[in-house]
Amino acid sequence: MVVFIIRRTLLMIPVLLGATILCFVLVDVVNDPVQDMVFEIQQSTGEPVPQSTVDALEESLYYDRSIPERYWIWLTGMGDTNGDIGLLKGEWGPSIEGSAMDIGYEISTRFWITLRLVLFATLASIGIAILSGVVSAVKQYSRTDYTLTFLGFLFLAMPVFWLGSLFKEGAVQLNKILGSTVFQTYGSGSTGFQGNGWEVFVDSLPYLIVPTLVLMLGGYAAISRYQRASMLEVMNSDYVRLARAKGVRNRTVMRRHALRTALIPVATFAPLALSGAMGGAMVTESIFGWRGLGVYSLDAIRAGDTFVVMAYVLISGLVVLIGVLISDILYGVLDPRIRYE
Amino acid sequence: MSNTASPRLDAEAITTKERGQWEMVARRFFRHRAAVISLVIFVLIVLFAYLGPFVWKWDYKIHSEIPSWAAPSLDHPFGTDKAGRDMLGAMMQATKQSLNVSLVVAIGSTVIGALYGAVAGFYRGWVDSLMMRFLDIMFVIPFLVITGAIAGAIDSSVRWYHMAFILAIFGWTSIARAVRAEVLSLREKEFIEAARSAGGSDWHIIVKHLIPNTMSVIIVSVTLQIAFAILSETTLSFLGLGIQSPDTSLGLLIEAAGASAFNEHWYLFYIPGLMIILIALTINFIGDGLRDAMDPRQTMVRR
Repeated sequence: MVVFIIRRTLLMIPVLLGATILCFVLVDVVNDPVQDMVFEIQQSTGEPVPQSTVDALEESLYYDRSIPERYWIWLTGMGDTNGDIGLLKGEWGPSIEGSAMDIGYEISTRFWITLRLVLFATLASIGIAILSGVVSAVKQYSRTDYTLTFLGFLFLAMPVFWLGSLFKEGAVQLNKILGSTVFQTYGSGSTGFQGNGWEVFVDSLPYLIVPTLVLMLGGYAAISRYQRASMLEVMNSDYVRLARAKGVRNRTVMRRHALRTALIPVATFAPLALSGAMGGAMVTESIFGWRGLGVYSLDAIRAGDTFVVMAYVLISGLVVLIGVLISDILYGVLDPRIRYE
Repeated sequence: MSNTASPRLDAEAITTKERGQWEMVARRFFRHRAAVISLVIFVLIVLFAYLGPFVWKWDYKIHSEIPSWAAPSLDHPFGTDKAGRDMLGAMMQATKQSLNVSLVVAIGSTVIGALYGAVAGFYRGWVDSLMMRFLDIMFVIPFLVITGAIAGAIDSSVRWYHMAFILAIFGWTSIARAVRAEVLSLREKEFIEAARSAGGSDWHIIVKHLIPNTMSVIIVSVTLQIAFAILSETTLSFLGLGIQSPDTSLGLLIEAAGASAFNEHWYLFYIPGLMIILIALTINFIGDGLRDAMDPRQTMVRR
């Protein structure tokens, strides 16, 4: 098992490298932040920008090098640098906002905010997907089944940004009616709140409810369809009939015999849900005014801030790959036929 | 001999009509009530978007004679926005642009994905593992970030075909996986062996034998791809990384409606939102109906 995890972790490295190379080239080719900044300076001063300023900008952003060279120093930090670049040295590279904006610091503060949202939403959507899929399968072709199936299709068709805007305004209205602030609809926590980890977490709960609900409803439907199908298949299998024939109680048959096997295909979809939630986080964070990674990368995309976009690509890729690894391990736990040697 | 046989044959003649494969598929599809209703609604939406502008008096542009923020009425069935735009005209244009994007994405990404999946599944071996590793890489890259970064870099002149192109070149991976899985089992069948022994080239076998036999997978994924594309396109437009004004898209209309879900301008928010839901919902039902209709194990009897 340990050997399996180590081998899989090592296999992640080429995938992540490939993903960063592809993204780096694409983002780098389409953006030219130096030109944008020169244009901005020209707009504000009304004079042509001296060549020395352009050169200084290019030098500070490493745009005086070719794309492969820039990727190489972004990754390793080896060679002639200003000491602010190189992943292997723990530096994320310069932001176009200048030296006041340290990408590493921004990421470390924003990462937990986003991870909190994404993890809660993924777990909640998998949970509700299993629940609704199993209920649908057990009561196949009943009114409950049809209602749940239709709801699933509805949420599958609903854009997260629309649902988010709707729920946000709905929560505002509800707060007005109740005269309270059960649901916080702006920000990820009370402004300027200080405390230890647990206090910060408790403080953030009212802020977490509505965005989590939005992301959960945006992500559960697809998994619940698969859960229903796999549960139906298992319920018609011989060993479930045998368990019934032995006189095992219905609840035990469902929980011990049917559900456990029916969960295996669903484990495949956990990483998909995670990557969907990472994408959805960008949308929900910008709607609910969170200062998380999603919004940070969104602003970076708008500004053409290559190194910030790359940081997000790397982190989101890492989170997704860890999700894949966990789902592979879950396979082994759920299905005794699979062994990792 | 033949004289005596013919009356008996007439009596025993098979009375059922011969049906082709596609006829069977169509018959099964039309028994799926939700799918048929969805198909009708979807066709109506397409007509609304493409023929509507020829019938309706206002287009999607701002006109000085249109009152600002008028509630829905006979003159303006979907109301008007702050700047003085007739929302029915705007909805037609927005739906058209969103449909344009999603139809082109569906076709483009399916062509790329089907070829990619068929080639990977057909050659197996190192070609397959190399191509699958590339799919892994594509899976790790956050879709909204990379499409947004490229669309955002085109500045303010993003047209619908830019969006269609960008979404298509990043959105084909799921089709490639589905087609590859199908081809892996198809390539071992006798008819492929026959085609090869008759001297068929690899390309001929892939294009003429393998891909036509994965048509059921492909058609279903085309429909699902439409839903996927419309949700991605509207999301990017909502974030300001897609189609830009003065052109319009369903995502832009919702973005412009802002926080008006519960105030007097509610129609600005709900109408474009319901249109997206309606398109994606009907497409998903059509895809579901097609999947059932094309499944050879399907027995017309509800199990």
